[in-house]
Amino acid sequence: MPASPQVGLFVTCLVDAMRPQIGFATLRLLESAGCTVEVPRAQTCCGQPGGNSGDRRGAAALARQVIEVFEGFDYLVAPSGSCVGQIRSYPSLMDDAGWRRRAEDLASRSYDIIGFLRDVLGWQPDGVRLEASATYHDSCSGLRELGVERQPRELLAGVAGLEMRPLEGANICCGFGGTFCVKYPEISTAILSEKTRNIRDTGADLLLAGDLGCLMNMAGRLNREGAATRCFHTAEVLAGMADGPAIGEEG
Amino acid sequence: MGAPQTGPDFKARASAALSDAHLKVAIDRTTGTGQSKRAAAVAAFPEFEAARSRAAAIKDHVIAHLDHYLAEFERNATAAGAQIHWARNAAEAAGIVTRICRDEGARIVTRSKSMLGEEIGLPHALEEAGIERVETDLAEHIIQLAGERPSHIIWPAMHRTREDVADLFRDGHSPPPNAEDPEAMVASARRVLREKFLAADIGISGANFLVAETGATCTVTNEGNAELSTTPPRVHIVTAGIEKLVPSTAHAMALLRVLVRSATGGEVTQYTTFHCGPKRAGDADGPEVMHVVLVDNGRTRMLGDEFREMLRCVRCGACMNHCVVYRQIGGHAYGGTYPGPMGAVLTPVLDGLAPSKDLPFACTMNGRCEEVCPVKIPLKTMLKAWRVRSWDSQQQAGAMRFGLGLWGFAARRPWLYHIGTWLALPVMRLFGRGGWIRRMPLAGGWTGSRDLPTPAARSFMAQYRSAQRRGRE
Repeated sequence: MPASPQVGLFVTCLVDAMRPQIGFATLRLLESAGCTVEVPRAQTCCGQPGGNSGDRRGAAALARQVIEVFEGFDYLVAPSGSCVGQIRSYPSLMDDAGWRRRAEDLASRSYDIIGFLRDVLGWQPDGVRLEASATYHDSCSGLRELGVERQPRELLAGVAGLEMRPLEGANICCGFGGTFCVKYPEISTAILSEKTRNIRDTGADLLLAGDLGCLMNMAGRLNREGAATRCFHTAEVLAGMADGPAIGEEG
Repeated sequence: MGAPQTGPDFKARASAALSDAHLKVAIDRTTGTGQSKRAAAVAAFPEFEAARSRAAAIKDHVIAHLDHYLAEFERNATAAGAQIHWARNAAEAAGIVTRICRDEGARIVTRSKSMLGEEIGLPHALEEAGIERVETDLAEHIIQLAGERPSHIIWPAMHRTREDVADLFRDGHSPPPNAEDPEAMVASARRVLREKFLAADIGISGANFLVAETGATCTVTNEGNAELSTTPPRVHIVTAGIEKLVPSTAHAMALLRVLVRSATGGEVTQYTTFHCGPKRAGDADGPEVMHVVLVDNGRTRMLGDEFREMLRCVRCGACMNHCVVYRQIGGHAYGGTYPGPMGAVLTPVLDGLAPSKDLPFACTMNGRCEEVCPVKIPLKTMLKAWRVRSWDSQQQAGAMRFGLGLWGFAARRPWLYHIGTWLALPVMRLFGRGGWIRRMPLAGGWTGSRDLPTPAARSFMAQYRSAQRRGRE
């Protein structure tokens, strides 16, 4: 690993529009861990919406765009397991051998922020404090496509004052599933309600996760149910930025 | 009770299932037990991961050399005295079985649970042929009394609670058993079925394995009903999909190690029986005639397409037990013979994509099914392959295609995309109250049951650029 890795920050479309603070938290974490970070302007979406709907050509076009914009960096880092999962699947979208090589190359250097901090940089929070109890949901793509499971727990254990409480069925899907949640809202809600019941049963102040799609889904349902649970991205906590408004709270 | 048929009204069936609290209780009890027993069995078998890899490799080897093993099986089964029949599709397979039944003058046939039998519409075909069909698996007996089809490939009556079963037995058994006592209910079923086992002219079973080296077929059960269905009658008919082949008995045992643990959490089934040809001279019992119907029904087509790895499936049911969607809607909502993740891949193969177009999309892509699959089938990848076919054949709703097309168009033009974000965010914010959007045009799918956080006033990119400009000044 270079002394000061050059990192291209892939903000993700959801964080860009819905909760920029997660992007700034990621930026702060990367810089405090010694990376040189750039946020390329030509970035938009990783291609999941079309790709998961079967639009292989559309997804491949976006994949080529991401490859062109990010292949010059040492690493691509994003605050989302599912977007990085999509980026790691780019080789399977490429019919052309040259593009496939480029896709494989970028895929091998793409990480979600939590896995990157722990596994690549060996970073551990120092002097981060948050007086709260929290529970953690394993977002499926991060967990099963990237193997992000112990890393967030190890990192959160280093936050002073934070009491982590286990979540029953933490590794079970929250019912988001991208377009699934609006295509089959009834099924999605049934799955989601079991998740929010388990979250509420922990009695924790905070719900943490590593993917904004899942977080918005769970936060939106918790709010509809009148629960007091506040939702943050793990990166916000680690960056010391969980002292302000949570997802859905006015700033 | 008709032949399996995928209806286009998946959403209506799912909706009905979701509003059935009783069904949810039944699903939770059974799949919950299935999950915990599997987890315990896997934890107690440190080599499980290696056994899974070996199981997948055995299946892949057979799939790659299917022609060879089919010929070997036919040769050895014929040498053992069995008669082999080849069926290209469901109708041919059911036709072969009913013709044998007619030729043998059969009035009563006993059936040992077989999903392949369901796939080829055998229950319906036997009834059409005027033959009394007796389901001998306890759960199959329950759904036969209820006039239903299986809702799970291992526990066909999993949608029925023991309270339901008590009602069914009270009406269907004479004399009715004590409904309060599960043991009395089982004893009652045993009494009713014993008479039929001994009266049957023909026993029909499926096969968990077809052993090429010996020509034997193998059934695994926990009730012993397969043995009682296939031993006393004069004729035994086996119907099996051609993907059930294994090179040797040792390979069958290797697969059994992962199959049983994944299905019920047991180490091995109570009964594992190899049926090798009819009764031989000197045998104490067994059928005088044995027929094996080898069924293709779309399988050879799968050899050459994206769904090839689906031929590894050993029908254990672990994928559905761990599926968040199945655990909400149960098996009947899927509409095909096979429910859950494996059914969502197979049903479009068997029934066509048009009538089952919802199935590949009724999945959150969380990947838990792949994680528990004993033969490592990439179910997610295959469901995605169906989504691609669905997109390419324009089977998705026009509004969805239009929306995604528009998104893709903008996303490939970053300048346009950022202007779009800049314009859209303030509009969305108009609908926000106290940080949340409770209702917004075109967002009903989301806001029907959950609030949407009000987006930021300015996107990350806009804020970041301003900060950079300020930094330079």
